[in-house]
Parts: sequence; structure tokens; C-alpha cells
Amino acid sequence: MSHLLSLRGIRKTYGERLVLDGIDLDVDEHRCVVLVGASGSGKSTLLRVVNLLEEIDDGEILLDGQDVADPRLDANAVRARMGLVFQSYNLFPHMKVIDNVTLAPRLVHKRGRAEAEAVAEAMLRRVGLAHRMTAYPDQLSGGEQQRAAIARALVSSPELLLLDEVTSALDPELVGEVLDLLADLRAEGVTMLVATHEMGFAREVADEVCFLHQGRVHERGTPEQVLGDPQRERTREFLRRLR
Amino acid sequence: MSGGASGVAPPEDSRPDGGAHPGTAAWTPSPLAVARDSYRRARRRRAAWVSTLSTVVVVAVLYVVVTTAPGWERTRDAFFSPASAWDSLPAIAEGLWLNLRVWVVASVVGMVLGMTLAVIRTSRVPALFPLRAFAVAYVDVFRGVPLLLVLLLVGFGLPALRLEWLPTSGEFLGALAIILTYTAYLAEVFRAGIESVHPSQVSAARSLGLTRAQTTRKVVLPQAVRHVTAPLASNLVSLQKDSGLISILGAVDAIRAAQIAASGSYNFTPYVVAGVLFLLVSIPLTRVVDVYSARQGWRGSLATVSGAGAIR
Repeated sequence: MSHLLSLRGIRKTYGERLVLDGIDLDVDEHRCVVLVGASGSGKSTLLRVVNLLEEIDDGEILLDGQDVADPRLDANAVRARMGLVFQSYNLFPHMKVIDNVTLAPRLVHKRGRAEAEAVAEAMLRRVGLAHRMTAYPDQLSGGEQQRAAIARALVSSPELLLLDEVTSALDPELVGEVLDLLADLRAEGVTMLVATHEMGFAREVADEVCFLHQGRVHERGTPEQVLGDPQRERTREFLRRLR
Repeated sequence: MSGGASGVAPPEDSRPDGGAHPGTAAWTPSPLAVARDSYRRARRRRAAWVSTLSTVVVVAVLYVVVTTAPGWERTRDAFFSPASAWDSLPAIAEGLWLNLRVWVVASVVGMVLGMTLAVIRTSRVPALFPLRAFAVAYVDVFRGVPLLLVLLLVGFGLPALRLEWLPTSGEFLGALAIILTYTAYLAEVFRAGIESVHPSQVSAARSLGLTRAQTTRKVVLPQAVRHVTAPLASNLVSLQKDSGLISILGAVDAIRAAQIAASGSYNFTPYVVAGVLFLLVSIPLTRVVDVYSARQGWRGSLATVSGAGAIR
């Protein structure tokens, strides 16, 4: 069986600094793979690499079996097949929520305004923001901004949703509303690759957990294995520190 | 809090409905609050007194110094003669009309060219390197050479080429020189704006599949312009004033008209008239821009540091 996303030997450096050191990873359709690890372990870089926002030094990024790291390919078309949600939301401050969400459908997927707005409205209702469509991002709470950002990433029905520590900029009481939404999406079968510090969330929704350490997948397995009964000392130490 | 916009993630109490607390209506201030309030009011009254008094004193001193100066009588007649002002007003106003036309044309063309240069200069497309180098050189040269010099070189240099198709009027060549110089200034203003847009905004747009050009047009430039409204406006006001320099090429603008009127009567009042007319244009202009950029809904602007004045 072929995987939706396969990473083979991904290597990435920033100048002298080696950030990803030969990452192998598979994400199957309708599955959720969670990346955990300390800050600087390469989680965010890995997501940016998959989204083709960073060029890799070596390795293969296979999306549906096709190597999308090939520079001859139209990267914009590849990115349009994925959704990336950022830790700091990165909503466009000069656009209303609805315009944030309709931007990609209109410009990238070439839908008419009415059609794009209908789809965006349905998506905003889905994330519980139907009443905030005409607000500007700075009028929303952190949790609402992050849900708007998720709607923006999901509106074009991406094959793969990439989530980069989407709750770490939120107050504890707002984390719940975003995690609940992600658990719902997971139940609906959205394929996800998630970097997170929320071990409870990882335990609940992940099909596979990968512990990243110094740019390598240090330990991987089911949440029960990796988070419950880690085999390697470095994983145990990381989990101990979280408590 | 008037929806204070900033790049920082706002706390959840910045919602517009965040101020409504239950029980606000039934509140009676405590004696402590009353005492604080009366202290604040007393201090405000005192501050108002001090500033009024100091203003009156300064104005009075200036008035006395000027009016008791030995040459005051002659100065008054030479610079503030109502008759001369009235006589010269029509010609100067007509000249000002030329200034305004030059200002509008130079502003529009300068902004378009300036933004084009700024976009080229900040783009990272390797193929655009020659254009980028040109943009850098252009800005360096025209920002470094005094406008007066550019006016003289364009005004006397271009006609010397005897190009049939090139208009040689002072108005045209003057406006051209102003455009050449202000394009460089405005390019730098827009470049600062473009560079102030956080790279994460570009990441967000590109991650959605937008092309470089779409990202620039829909995400970067709208925010860049909002970030630089104040310096942009001040450059356009400068341009409006500098439009008076085309008079050295013989174009009859407000300054030249004032010069003509003054030399005919040996009275300098026309210069004062021209100055007042320039003020009548530039002061409303700055106020309009201030109101515009402070307006609610002008989102993504860094300029709204609302409530900062209330900090003790």
C-alpha cells in the first residue's frame, strides 16, 4: 500500500546548523501522525519542509508517490494540496475573517466570489465562527483566531493538514476549544501531521507518535508505546520534564 | 480600548463586547475614588492654567519685540500691505493652480514608479537582478542629488538635445524633474513598508498556494502601505511645497507669480500671500491623512497606539 506522504532521508541545514538529519516518515490517508520533542528538535522545520516552504538539502518528499521536492514541479500547486496552520495563526490583519478564508479558493482554486463565500461560510460555521465572519482578526480572541486559521487551511479540502504547535500561543482555557475541533476533524478522517506539546492530545488522537531529537526520529510507535512505555532514555527524560 | 491594532496576539479581552460588566449601572464611587478624581481634576486645571499663561506671555513678548523694532513700520508696509495682497491675489491663485496640478500628477506618477522600484528592489527573484541593481542605483543617485540641481540639469539639459517630440515648457520639465527625485524618495518609503511586513505573513500566503506575485499584491503591499501612511503623507506634503521650485524654469506658479507681483511694486506682500495659500492647501491635507489613518477599520496599521496618552 502506498502512503499519502512519505519522507525519505530528509536532510536540512540552516548554514552550519543541521536541523533535520535523515528523517524517514510515512503518513497514510485518514491517519494522524504526531511529532513530539523539545523546542529546536526540528518539528516546525519538518512541517515547513513538507509544505515546500523550505528547500531540503537531501532526501525525497513523496506525495501520493510523486517526489514533490523536484524543483521542476510547480510548488504552488503542491502547496495548494495541503493546509498548514501556524503556531502564531498568521491571519492577514488587513482582511476580514471571511476574506482570509476565501483568499485561496478565489486566487488559487479560481472559484467565483459567491461560490467561495458559500464554502467559506460553511467552513466557518463548522469551526464555530459563523457570527465572526465580518470581524477583523485583531477583534478575535486567540482561540477564535486559531480556529479561523484552521478554517483558512481547511477550506480548500486539502489532502493533508499540517499543524504546527497550534495551541502553544493560547491561554489554557482556549486550548480546549482548538483541541476539541482537531479531535472532531480527526474523527471525520482528515489526514494530519501534527507537531505538539500537548501529550494528552497526542495520546487521544494520534495513530503514531514520533519523538524527534536532534533532527532524527529517536523513537516511534503507538501513543501507548512512546508516551506510556518509552524504550529510550532520551524519550523518558523528555516526558519526565513535561510533568 | 479602541481595538488597538498591533502585530502582537491580542488578549481575549480585546473583543469589542469585552467592556460590558454586569452591575456597572448600580455603581457609586467610593470616597477613595472621589478623592483621586478630584485630585486629577485639580491637576488638569493647574496644567491648563500654566499652559495658557505661558502662551500669553510668549505671544506678548514676541509682539512687543516685533512692534517696537526700529524697522517695524517699514516691514509692516512691505510685507503685510492689504492693498498689495488684494492686487496680487488673482495672479498668485492662478499660479497655485499650476502647483496643484503638478502636485497631483507628480504624486500619482511618483507613487506608481516608487512602488514599482520598491517591489523590484525587495523581490528575491534571481532573474530580476539587473532590474534590482538599477533600482538601487536610481535611488542612490536621485536621493543624493539636490532637487534644485536635478531641476537645472533637466530644465536646461534636455532641451539642449533638441528632441522634436519632447515638450520644452518649464511646467513639463519641472514636473519631470520633481517626479525623478520624488520617485526615489517614495521608493524608499514603500521599501520600508514592505520590509516591515513580517515574513510569517508571506509564509502564510505561500502555504495556501498563492504565487509570489499574488502574495505581493494581496498580502504584502496592502499591509506595507498601511504601515507607512504617515511618512508617505509627509513626503506628499513636501512634494506639494517643492512644486514651487519649478518657478526657476520659468513656469508661472504661485511663487513665480508672487515674484512678478513683488518686483513690479517693490512690495513683498505677494510672498506672504503665496505662503498663506500653500498653508491653506497643506494643513487640511495633513489633517485629512491623519483622520484617514486613524480611522477604525484601517487594520494592520502599526500606527494605532491607542490610549498611550492616558498612561500616568
